[in-house]
Amino acid sequence: MSDVVLDVQNLRVEFPTRKGILTAVDDISLQIRQGEILGMVGESGAGKSMTGMSILGLLEPPGRIAAGTIHLSGDRIDDLDDTAMQSIRGRRIGAIFQDPLTSLNPLFRVGDQLVETIRLHTDLDKSAARERAKDLMREVGIPAVEERIDNYPHQFSGGMRQRIVIALALCAEPELIVADEPTTALDVSIQAQITALLKRLCRERGTAVMLVTHDMGVIAETADRVAVMYAGRLAEVGTVDDVVRRPKHPYTSGLMGSIPSLRKDVAELQMIPGSMPRLNAIPPGCAFNPRCGHAGPRCHRDIPRIDSTHTGAACWLGTKGEVA
Amino acid sequence: MNIRPNAILEVDALERRFDVSAPWLNRLIERKPRRTLRAVDGVDFAIQRGQTLALVGESGCGKSTIAKLVTGLHPPSGGNIRFHGDRDRLQMIFQDPFASLNPRWRVGRIIAEPLRTLRPDTPTEQVSARVDELLRTVGLAPADGLKFPHEFSGGQRQRISIARALAGEPEFLVCDEPTSALDVSVQAQVLNLMKKLQKDMGLTYLFISHDLSVVRHMADVIAVMYLGRIVEIQPTADLFANPLHPYTQLLLETIPDLEAPKRDRSPMGGEVPSPVSPPSGCSFHPRCPLAFDRCKVERPQRRPEVHDRRVACFAAEQGKTDVQ
Repeated sequence: MSDVVLDVQNLRVEFPTRKGILTAVDDISLQIRQGEILGMVGESGAGKSMTGMSILGLLEPPGRIAAGTIHLSGDRIDDLDDTAMQSIRGRRIGAIFQDPLTSLNPLFRVGDQLVETIRLHTDLDKSAARERAKDLMREVGIPAVEERIDNYPHQFSGGMRQRIVIALALCAEPELIVADEPTTALDVSIQAQITALLKRLCRERGTAVMLVTHDMGVIAETADRVAVMYAGRLAEVGTVDDVVRRPKHPYTSGLMGSIPSLRKDVAELQMIPGSMPRLNAIPPGCAFNPRCGHAGPRCHRDIPRIDSTHTGAACWLGTKGEVA
Repeated sequence: MNIRPNAILEVDALERRFDVSAPWLNRLIERKPRRTLRAVDGVDFAIQRGQTLALVGESGCGKSTIAKLVTGLHPPSGGNIRFHGDRDRLQMIFQDPFASLNPRWRVGRIIAEPLRTLRPDTPTEQVSARVDELLRTVGLAPADGLKFPHEFSGGQRQRISIARALAGEPEFLVCDEPTSALDVSVQAQVLNLMKKLQKDMGLTYLFISHDLSVVRHMADVIAVMYLGRIVEIQPTADLFANPLHPYTQLLLETIPDLEAPKRDRSPMGGEVPSPVSPPSGCSFHPRCPLAFDRCKVERPQRRPEVHDRRVACFAAEQGKTDVQ
């Protein structure tokens, strides 16, 4: 399995608070291969961004990785210090965040920001780095590069800014890109342009992508595989086709049923009663049991896990007769 | 426009301009002219009693401005709004359930506020009985009236907003992106509740959203907006079966579709131009694959002889409707 770029094993992220320890990410294992886009989907607070942040080494204290390992192309990265992690971020792992305005420095021209990043990660000289910056801007589809390279971030539209952020993430040809809600702040027509761009670039370069989003439609059109998170745990992992069309976990199927359809008329949308538990009130057993129509005694007792194949649903329902 | 028999709201040639000029001193020194943003630029529509009309469009198209004009939060700059009902029975639900509830008031007081304002003579016992009833109507418990907004999740807060809107016994509700801040499973709960309330109480909705799948589920009639104008208005089923305007077609082509993901599509090019300096003629012409010379100079209108006033497009007038 030499083409596994990201290998996360039993990751656990905790936030110690005065009232006790909150577990934001609970025993997550996943892999992303070269050229593969893994979608991380879940509702707000499910821990999907937290997983992305721990891979980037950007957990805000007091948050900490309490257990588990993260390997990037075979190198362990979860136990590195800040300086070592800094040299990996940008060079080997690129990051794209939701709001392109806060990812760019408003006081510097976009060209200078690109040149700075390129020179930090490569040994190109200033003029060569500027040429490289122009190539990158052309690659992400910015028109009139010769003039635009000396513009400030506020002179670009939201979609164009997000293209610059993608160019920044690609500067050092990273092995992995963590994209956290990259299209959420954008309008649908621009959103489609950005996901198409992301997909094309990854296919051409063989970059592995972790695409964090709450939008199932974006996942369906962009990702190869999808991991569904609920209350800090993985609920289901599988190919997009399996998870969207044949969801195994009651949460995933409820989620699919609650999205209004573009084709079918339904009098009433399927609902999942209640809401996701807060981190300080996760019930024993399966975290979904209070909202689940199939829950049996075992679901209130034991936490279900996805087996070692890392595919399937974390649900006792699949295991015959064991819900009762 | 002739008065339709059962219209509760009629809007004619509605306009709203905002002065976005630089400050007076800057204009004087830098010799900059005054600049006007035409947020709403000649909009007509009517809503039948008991129905839902949805306004859809990308950010900056003027849909929220229309909501504010209809509720009287902004005065119109031109045209007129005729409401054939009791103005006191018009209420609004806002997008952000975190910003629209006073954090220092208990929920019971928040819900009672419209009652106290509109019917100040109501005895206290009657007010609290009504608050309990409203809490039950939206799926909360009467005891929740004693809590503060921060004790509730996003979906519950939006239920509180709905209860507050219902307190004044409205016949007409303006809903500005009521579920955009919510997770999908919670969105389904709120949408189902809104549909149920409409059926039980005969409410009329002006429903504003950027999400076409939500709109398809909720609306009887859909108006598609682009840069301050309605480019197309049709009953929901017709709009999805036979979109007439190239923008609508491209929008439908662009939105991610869970049931039939368009994984290798080519997204619509270009971006929404600035409403401060919109393109000449039809404002969509720079992005339109069907545009010809006339579109650059003349602004298309919705006319009775062209698809029964359903579309404003010269290409559609000539029978050209397929952008593919």
